[in-house]
Parts: sequence; structure tokens; C-alpha cells
Amino acid sequence: MVSPGALRVVRCGGSAVRGARAVYLLCASGDFVKVYSVNTEETLRLMGGHADLVTGIQLNPHNHMQLYSSSLDGTIKLWDFMDGIPIKTFTVGSKLLALYTPAGAEDSVFVVIPKKGERDTFQLVSVKLTKGAGQDLEAKELSVVLDGVGASMKHIAFGREGAYVASVKDVTLQVYFFKRKLLNRFSLSTVKTKGGDNHFSCIVCHPTEDCIATGHADGKIRLWRNFHHRKEYTYSTLHWHHDIVMDLAFSMEGTRLLSGGVESVLVQWHNESSCQKDFLPRLGSPIEYISMSSDGALCCTLHTDNRITIINSNLRFSRSIQGLIKSRDVKTGLVVDPRTKALVLNGEPGHLQFYSLQSDQQLFSLDIVQRQYIHQAGLKQSDLVKVAFSAQGTWLATVEESEEVADPELQLKLWFYHEELQSFQLNTRINTPHDNHITDMCFRDMDELGDDSLILVTTGRDCVFKVWVMVGDTDPEAQHSVSWSCDFVGSYHNYQATNCCFSEDGSLLAVSFEETVTVWDSLTWDLKCTFCHPPGNIRNICFGRLTCSKYLIGATDYGFLCCWNLLTCALEWSAHLNVVVLQPDPLSEHIAAVSWLSKESSLFVFKPNEPRPVYIQRNLCKEKILLAAFVPRDEPEMISSEKYLWLRKSQLFFLTDTQELMTLSTKSLEERLTPSSKQLAVEESLPVTPFSLLLGKHRRQQAQEDTDLGKPVIHNKQEQASPAVKELLHTPAHVLPSASFLCTIFINSLLISKENKSAEEVADEVEMESEKAEDDSDEEDVTEMEQEDTSHMELLGEMTCKLSKSQEKELRKIRKTDYSWISAF
Amino acid sequence: MAAYKPVVVQACPKLGEKITQDTLYWRGYKTPVQIKEFGAINKIDFSPVPPYNYAVTASSRIHIYGRYSQEPIKTFSRFRDAAYCATYRDDGRLLAAGSEDGIIRLFDTGGKAPLRQFEGHAKPVHVVGFLSDKYRIFSGGDDYSSNLWDIPSATEIISYSEHTDYVRCGCASKVNADVFITGSYDHTVKLFDARTKSSVMTIEHSHPVESVLLFPSGGLLVSAGGRYVKVWDVLKGGQLLVSLKNHHKTVTCLCLNSSGQRLLSGSLDRHVKIYSTTSYKVVHSFNYATSILSLALSPEDETIVVGMTNGVLNVKHRKPEEKNEKSQKKRQPAYRTYVKGRTYMPKQEDFCVSKPVKRVLRKYDKLLRSFQSSKALDAVLEPPIMLHTPEVTVAVMQELHRRGTLRSALAGRDEKQVNLLLTFVARRVIEPRFTPVLVTVADMITDIYQPVVGQSAIVDKQFLKLQEAIGKEIDYQEELLEVLGMMDTLFATFTKKRDTCLEENKTNGLTEIIETNRNY
Repeated sequence: MVSPGALRVVRCGGSAVRGARAVYLLCASGDFVKVYSVNTEETLRLMGGHADLVTGIQLNPHNHMQLYSSSLDGTIKLWDFMDGIPIKTFTVGSKLLALYTPAGAEDSVFVVIPKKGERDTFQLVSVKLTKGAGQDLEAKELSVVLDGVGASMKHIAFGREGAYVASVKDVTLQVYFFKRKLLNRFSLSTVKTKGGDNHFSCIVCHPTEDCIATGHADGKIRLWRNFHHRKEYTYSTLHWHHDIVMDLAFSMEGTRLLSGGVESVLVQWHNESSCQKDFLPRLGSPIEYISMSSDGALCCTLHTDNRITIINSNLRFSRSIQGLIKSRDVKTGLVVDPRTKALVLNGEPGHLQFYSLQSDQQLFSLDIVQRQYIHQAGLKQSDLVKVAFSAQGTWLATVEESEEVADPELQLKLWFYHEELQSFQLNTRINTPHDNHITDMCFRDMDELGDDSLILVTTGRDCVFKVWVMVGDTDPEAQHSVSWSCDFVGSYHNYQATNCCFSEDGSLLAVSFEETVTVWDSLTWDLKCTFCHPPGNIRNICFGRLTCSKYLIGATDYGFLCCWNLLTCALEWSAHLNVVVLQPDPLSEHIAAVSWLSKESSLFVFKPNEPRPVYIQRNLCKEKILLAAFVPRDEPEMISSEKYLWLRKSQLFFLTDTQELMTLSTKSLEERLTPSSKQLAVEESLPVTPFSLLLGKHRRQQAQEDTDLGKPVIHNKQEQASPAVKELLHTPAHVLPSASFLCTIFINSLLISKENKSAEEVADEVEMESEKAEDDSDEEDVTEMEQEDTSHMELLGEMTCKLSKSQEKELRKIRKTDYSWISAF
Repeated sequence: MAAYKPVVVQACPKLGEKITQDTLYWRGYKTPVQIKEFGAINKIDFSPVPPYNYAVTASSRIHIYGRYSQEPIKTFSRFRDAAYCATYRDDGRLLAAGSEDGIIRLFDTGGKAPLRQFEGHAKPVHVVGFLSDKYRIFSGGDDYSSNLWDIPSATEIISYSEHTDYVRCGCASKVNADVFITGSYDHTVKLFDARTKSSVMTIEHSHPVESVLLFPSGGLLVSAGGRYVKVWDVLKGGQLLVSLKNHHKTVTCLCLNSSGQRLLSGSLDRHVKIYSTTSYKVVHSFNYATSILSLALSPEDETIVVGMTNGVLNVKHRKPEEKNEKSQKKRQPAYRTYVKGRTYMPKQEDFCVSKPVKRVLRKYDKLLRSFQSSKALDAVLEPPIMLHTPEVTVAVMQELHRRGTLRSALAGRDEKQVNLLLTFVARRVIEPRFTPVLVTVADMITDIYQPVVGQSAIVDKQFLKLQEAIGKEIDYQEELLEVLGMMDTLFATFTKKRDTCLEENKTNGLTEIIETNRNY
């Protein structure tokens, strides 16, 4: 019923390989292999099975419907990617870092594994794939081909028809010829000429000729020929990139060479000459991998920001597959757009992405900075740092600043939502709103008063907070147009202003100045009162909502969570907790606090009016959680458990420092995934044959017969009985009561009860009781792991179906009895 | 994949008067024509029929001017003393005028001698007008009486002696042929109905009434007197609708524009103010050299004629708007071919070739797109851009600085170009919106060209100029800071009086440049 902190990986890495007929796009993503449709950009299939990161995927050269994948867990899997089913699993035993399936090799594949006994040295080995009957096979026949190779997939390439293998590491190129068993080594000079860096970065082989192309760290591409001879080899140089060449790819005929790098420009070289080249510029972010389809009609590039771009053969942008765009640094925080309920955060450099959680898609990307982004290291780029929405989502305020520390080039922009254009339009731009960095920004949220009461507050490190209001145009006849201007500047003892927050009714503004929280009247801008809780600066503040609107919550640097009562102006309670994120739920009184302590993040949910938390989830994840946001649900979810009542109206999302987005859910992963798209795809791809029709008919008939005979009922009974017995058997013998006591219960459990109806009623009652019992256990030990809870409860639920009430109670009594005295012996 | 984004040029809002539709409309007049008359011009009246001649009453003459004539096309000079208030009839064929000797004369616009003379007023007649049935004339005299005359028989129909001071203005209703109003120096405006023996309504203006006006609908009445212009609702029994006080001397004349949307008032303070008749706010105003006595607007607002106390007649004609029509005519055939096939819906088997949209980029943008920094800087240092749109030059410099190529773009220039650069920097570095960027540029230039200082007299001179400009600016800022300090102490003493003494200072908007992009 409950699964804790379901973690969804939105990171996309690894290599992309195209399927046959250029219809499918295969991509290794985390522990999974994803299959995309090229035409619709949809995820058709998610093939999971590896226990660790998938490091390489290659098509089976002998069967284009099959795919090999290798993983860090030491297995190679053979898949049928059309149906998404694993065919075979070969266990190799050591970490696999890269996988190659050249066409020439008969029944062996090549993998890169770490050399035993030596750190950071890797070797290329060929693995003989045994032809066994079973699904799980051992593949232990390893023979070393090359020693001292690079760990990356891009550092090794196989020549035409698998005649030779080339590998690069640092400044050496090794070529090994299989037939002649000859190894040639070529070295470049290590001396850096003119700031250039000769290190190899990637390698590819020409598909039809004896030619090797290598990319280098200084942006050069070298084309090697005549490498059969140790001395008389030649190479020519192509140079366009100004920084490291990230990946290279030859077209199917070898006439064209594609290269990409940090510049995010795809370069196409014709006939290996440096004068004939085409460009596809401004692809958005640095190119990491380039891959060609097997028919040469399409090519695709993988970018560092979690995006795949599909490009036509005539170098025209075709489409892109993107989920949550990974930006360098999420400075804006997680903000929810009130209009679309989309998550809003930094996207591409200078852009704001609206990410729909329901469809796992980017709704749109709003260009905020409106400047050409230059992909070059060491430039002072200006980027978006703060975002705030008004309550209705009609106004959007953004702050952008350049990376310079001393004199940030600040701009505050206010955007108005244009109904006809369905997008935000720039209304006012304010240069240098503060003299120093802006630390926080918030709108006064007042739904009922309309736009006239809209106020924006910004706090800055220049020790002031500023209030911005809308001013109408003075021209009476002109169309209603407004702009924003500064109305009030407030400061407190020349301390830096760090946070600001409006109360729910908009009458009070809380601004924190280093150690002190000040509360201001938003009508007259008078200072009402101050709070502080030394030592330590205030990190976060927020007002309580609904019934708890008289409380102000603050978290300090030194690990205190304080709650002040605004009516008595006194501290209500405080707790020792190193709070990193403090996030109030906009629809209920609950406030979520995420703490960071000794390498694990914990979640506490509480109401401000009582110091005891409503919900605790320790060890939420190993990464540091940087941001959190409550996203309102479209309709309140039915949650029976009182413990999770706070999740009823809105859902909590987290972003960790590795930019993984997580959520807490009461449903399991399978339930949440809508399988509609997958099924559709399967049905489309399967042709309707007479046999399938016949088979389908037969199956339907069988199902009908089953129901007629009432088979399923009995079937269910047996299934339900088995876990109860298992439970008895799995409990350690030394904690079980005497066998004579258990005997009757055990035998009773095997009997089939006659009255189904009464059993159900009993089940209901018991379920309620079990919940109470669970609450009891919570009180005993609040830090109990969530997973234990789940299994515990599910078992109870199942057992109630066949045990009578009295027996159930007895069993529970036994379980609850304290057997700790046994451990004393 | 995104297209190249052009450099954003920061536009600053223009300070001062905002440009509205009204300012554009009322500015659309040519430079005025000045005509000298013999004395103060007390009345200007446009003929209601084309070619819209106008009668100007000044001293003892009535001049009739054509639309574009500088000289009078006709003169009525049969007055022994001053003439007053020459007014056209609705058909433009008759003209009535009062005079100092108390006789009202009626002229045919074609003839010279008066057709009729109405004698009955004992004192000068300052106001004459036709009723809308065309056969009667109303008049008001300094003998406090308002009379009604019959044109065919030249006899007095009725005389009202209700005012207690000079009657100086009047107006007939266009809706009802029996109704007319007169305003008097006794601070009242009276509404008369020819069918009754006495006035039907009296409105208290509380200042000597100089001018009255009825709206074409007849429902609203405007009176001017003293510094006030007041609007009254006649249908509600003379209720005050709005009182306008926008002049600082006596308002002498009122006038409506042809559409009835704007009200004009002229005053002795040398201004003509234009009000919107929906909001009664001033939307525009004209300035004149001397005090204004009379004002008239031709049909379609073609001409504004203003008469002054010193006898100067100021005539403004509207600028023609023909250019747009011509260009549209030329375009027509091209537009037709452009539209051709627009409605064609592609069929399923059709192969669509999309026409690439051509984006027009400025020269510097093209150069920046291909990373040619020096050439991009050259492009914006050309005199037309540098002189008229310095913000473009500065924006490109900023973009180059952002890309880290500003130094190389500035380096390697000859004497002439360095001279050009330094002239620009020295001139613009003190403008607050350019200062942050140009200070960096000046820094770099001095760094780069330091070794060659002293080799060229021109460049050395420019360096000295730059130094001078910066020195002056520093002095100026110091002074400003002193003033700010003084003001702070003043404000501090004010805030002490309040119970809550807070550290706050309202609007220190020194560093803010607020810019608004409006949606046109």
C-alpha cells in the first residue's frame, strides 16, 4: 500500500545507438535502456534488469532486432528491444566499462574491464558468448586483446570488418591487427605547443577504408593513414574546434565526418578536407556523443543537459527528445507555476523551463536573459537566479545577474502573462535594482483583492529591502498600461537582508536581517516587532497558514528551528534541527523541513501549532537535498492512512545536489506509470495474423471457462494461505511460542472457511485495528523504517482473510510480547 | 536549436512630456501665419459652408479671409466706432454684427452695405447671434438687456432686462429655435425661451462670464469667467458637472472642435488648453505670444485661428497627410500576387517546401554572429550610429566585454580610429546609463595605448579631454553627495516628530534606471 520515497532517475547518460530502419532510438539511461520512437519522440519501452549503471549498448551485428547491453554489475544482456524482453544474460564477473560488437567477430563481444590488482588500468578483452540453452549463462572465456586502454567507450574503435582495433590513451595510439597479430604504437609529442594539448579524446575508424580519425583536447582532428607500417605512417590535421573534441562519427560510406564539442556546434567535414565543411550551430549545450543511424539517414547528438537531438542527413535540425533539462546550477529554486502546475526552474543557460510533472515533458522554455550564449570556458555568463510568481500566475518576476562577485550586473524583470499569445511578455526591466546580490524575492499573494494590491519585495545584500508597486500610466486616453517602480526602501541596523515572506492575508511582511527577523506592516511600512534566536543567522523563514497563521517559523544556521507566536510576540517552541529546506504547503497548515545531518537527508513534516512532527522520514536519500516544493494535486487523493494525510492535497518534490528529482508517493511505481503508450506501440507493431486471432479467441474462451467453474476463488485462497504459513515458518524458532500452542492455529489456517461474507466483514474491522496497532508501534519507535511498515501491514491484511478474529488477536499478542529478555541469555 | 539572438540595445524612456494620440494630432499643424489687424480682435467666426471663410472683427472693421489668403478678401467698414461680434448665419449668406453705437447691422456676404439695421439698444452691443430658425437675431448689450429681433421686418420682438450688468456673451441652441442663452458680468448665465416673457433658467457662475457655449446636443452648457471653465447640465436644471481651473488668468473664449470630443479654451495667460470632453482633463495645450481674446476652429479642424489683444491674428493650418496614400497605391499589385494561393490547402500527397523566413540582422549583429569582434566594433563606430544612437555602440561594447574580446577589438587601431574612440568615450562617459561600460572601455584604451602616448598630438589632446570630463564629473558627484547629506539631516528632523523612529528613507532612486517596454 505504501512505498517510501519512490526515486525516479531523470539523469540520462551513456551511449545512444540507433535501431534498424531508423525507427527506434535506443539510449542507456541510468540502470535502464530506453527505447524512443524517432517519429513521435515518445518513450516506447523502458528495459530494466541491470543492477547498476548501463555502460554500453550495441546492436547485435547478426540480428538487427537484438541488442547487447553491458553494465557495471558485470553482466551482458541480450535483448529483443521490439518487445522489450531479455533473451539472455551472460555473467562476466568484473565491472564492464564499455562494450563493442564488431561485425567480424563470430560469437564473441569485446568489453573493457579493470585490470586485476592494478588501479586505474583497464584492458580490452574478448568474451566468448557460449551458446547454452538457459537464460542465465556464465561467460568466463576471456582473452586479453589490448592492455592499458582508456576506460571511456570513446577511446576504442574497431576498423573495417573488424580487421583491427585502435585504442587511444593520453598521447599514444595503439593499433592491433587481428590477422597478423601485430601491435603498432604511435606517440605524439607530449610537449604542449602554443598552449595546445595533444591528448587524445576520442577515436573512430573509417567504415570502408583503412583510416582512423582521432579527436584531441586542443580541438584538432587527426586523420591517420598507412598505419600498417611502424615508420611510414602519415596523418593530416583538421582544425576548427577551439576546445576539446568530444565525439566523432563517420557516415555510413565514410565520405562525411561529424564532430562535436563544447561549442555546441555540429561540424560536418566532407571528403576529409578541411576546406569543405558545414555547420549546425547553436544546439543548446555541449555535445557529448554523436551517433549515426544504420541507414545513414539520421544522426543524433547527446548533450550534457539531458537531451537528445535528432538531425537529418542534410544537417537540418529534426526534433529533440528532452525531459527535465539539467542546468549547471539550479539557483532559482523549485517554483510551481500556479497556472499550469508545472515545476519551474533553471533550464538552458538564461532560460526558465516549465516542466510538467504529469507528462514528464518540458512545456516550454522562456528566454529570460535574451542574449546569445557563448559556450566558452572562463566567460562571465549572466544567468537567472531568482523567480517568483504572483498568486494567479499573471505576473512573473525574474532576477538575473552575472557571475562576477564584486560588481554583479543585476537586472530585475517583470513579465505579464499575455492571454492571447499564451506566454509571458516583458513588461518592465529594472537595471541595478540593488547595489549587491539579491537574496530573496516574493509577491504579496492576495487572491481576493486583485491586481491593484500586487506588491513585490526584494531583499539584497546591500542591507536594504525594496518594495515595488505597479504604477498606471498618466495618460487618461491611452490603453491601460502599467509599469513597476520602487515605492519603499527599508533597512534594519545596516544588516544584510536575507529572506522575506508575506503572511497569508498579506498584512504582514517578515524580513530577516542576518540574526534578526523583522515584521513590518504592509500598509504603512512601520516596523512592528523583531524576533531573534542567537546564535546564527536566519536561514529560512515562513508564515503558518490557515489555522496556524499566527505563527512565524524560522530556521537558523546553528541548527535551530523556531516558532514564534505573532500575537504574544514570544517564542512558542524551538527544536534542534539543522534545517536546509523549509517549505510550507500552500493548501494546508503543514510545513516540510528537510534536514542534513551526517551524510543523510531527513524529512520532518509538522504543524506550527504543535512542536511534535506529524511525519518523520529519516534517511530520505544519501545526497543533500537542496530544494523542495509542494505541487498542488488536481484533485485530492484518497489516503486512508492518517500518517500520510498531509500528502492529500499536494505532493512534495525534492531536488538533490546531483539534480535528481524525487517525490514521496503512497503508490508503487507500477501503479503510477500509465502503460497506455506502451501497449499502443506493441499493438501497432504486431501484425494481425490468423494465428494471433485464433490464439486470442482460445484465450478468451479459457478465461470464461475459468470464471464459470469458479476456479479463481479457490486459486486465491491457496495463494493467500501460503504467506501466512511462510510467516510462521520464517519467524526465528527461538522467538516462537511452543509448538502445541501454534498447532491449532496452523491447522485452522489450512481449512477453507464457508462463510465468505462474514470473513469480509471481519477483515474490515481488523484492518482498522491494524492501523491503530501501527500507530501504537509508531509511538514506540518513531524512527522505524518505512519499508518494514509496509510489509508488516500487507501481511496483516492478507492474513485476516483466512484467520478468524480471535485467532488473529492471539497471533498479534504473540508478536507484541516482548522477547527481549531472550537476548539477555 | 535556437536562432541567433541579436544584441539587446537598452532603450531608456524619454523624460518629459509623454507622447499620446492627442499630442500627435494637435502637433500636426504647420508653422503659424501672423496677420496684423488694426486693433484687438474680439471675435473670429468661421462660415459654416465651404470654402470656410472666416470673419474677423477688430476695431471698426470686419475682415473676411479665405482659407489660405493672407489678405482679406472682403472688408465691411461701415462702422463709425468699434464693431463687435460678427457672426455668420447657418447658411453662411448673412452676417450680423453689433457695434459701439448700439446698432446691430445685418450684411449680405456678397454685398457691401448693410441689409438691415436694428436700433433699440441704448448702449454698445457686444453680442449678436442668429437663432437656429434663421429668421431671428438675439443680442445683448451694455444696457443690461437681451433682445430678440425679427429679420424681415427689422423690429424688436421682445426685450428681457433681467441681467444686472453688461451682457458680454451669448449662444443660441441648435436643437430648439426658441432657446438662447446670454452670459453677463453680473456672474450669471440666463437661459431664455422666446415663447415666454422671462428667463427659464439662471446659472450662477460666481465670476463675470466672458464666454458661453452650448454642446451640439443642447444638454450641456459651458461657461467661462474668471479663471474658471464650468460645465453645467442643462437638462438637470443647471447642475454643475465639473469646474476646471487650468488657467492662471481670465478665460476669454471657448470653442468646440468639429467632432465635439475636445473643448478648447483661450485665456489672457497666453495659453490655449484642449480638454477631453469625456474626462475633462487637459490633453494638450498651445502657447502664444500675447494674451488671447478670441479663438475659432474651422470644420474638420483644418485651421486654428487665434486673435490677440495686440491685434495679431495667428492662423495655423493642418499638415496634409497624402504620403501614406501614395505608397499604398504602389504596393497594391504586389500585395495581390503575395496573397495569391494563400488559401490553398495542401493535399495529403503534396510535398510542402517551406519558404525560409528571412531575418534581417544589423551589420554589427552579422559580424558578432561570426565572432568578428574588431569589425563589429568598427561597424558601430561609424558616425551615424555613434552620434545618433550611442546606446547601440555601448551595447555592442558591452557584448564584446561579455565575450571577453573587448580588449582585442580595441587594440591595433591607427591614430584616426583611436581619436574617434576617445572622442566618443570622453563625450559619453559621464552619462549615467553608459558610465559602467565606458569606464571599462576607457580603462582598456589607456592600458593598450599607454606606450604610444606622446607620439600623436591629436590623441594626446583627446586623452586630456577625457581626463577633464572625468574630473568634472567627480566634482559634480561630490557636490551631489553633499546635497544628499544635507537633505538626509532635514528628513531626519522630520521623522523624529513621529513616535516610531525608523531607519527609512523614501525613494533614493539615484542608481535606478527604470525602463518600460510597453505593448503597443
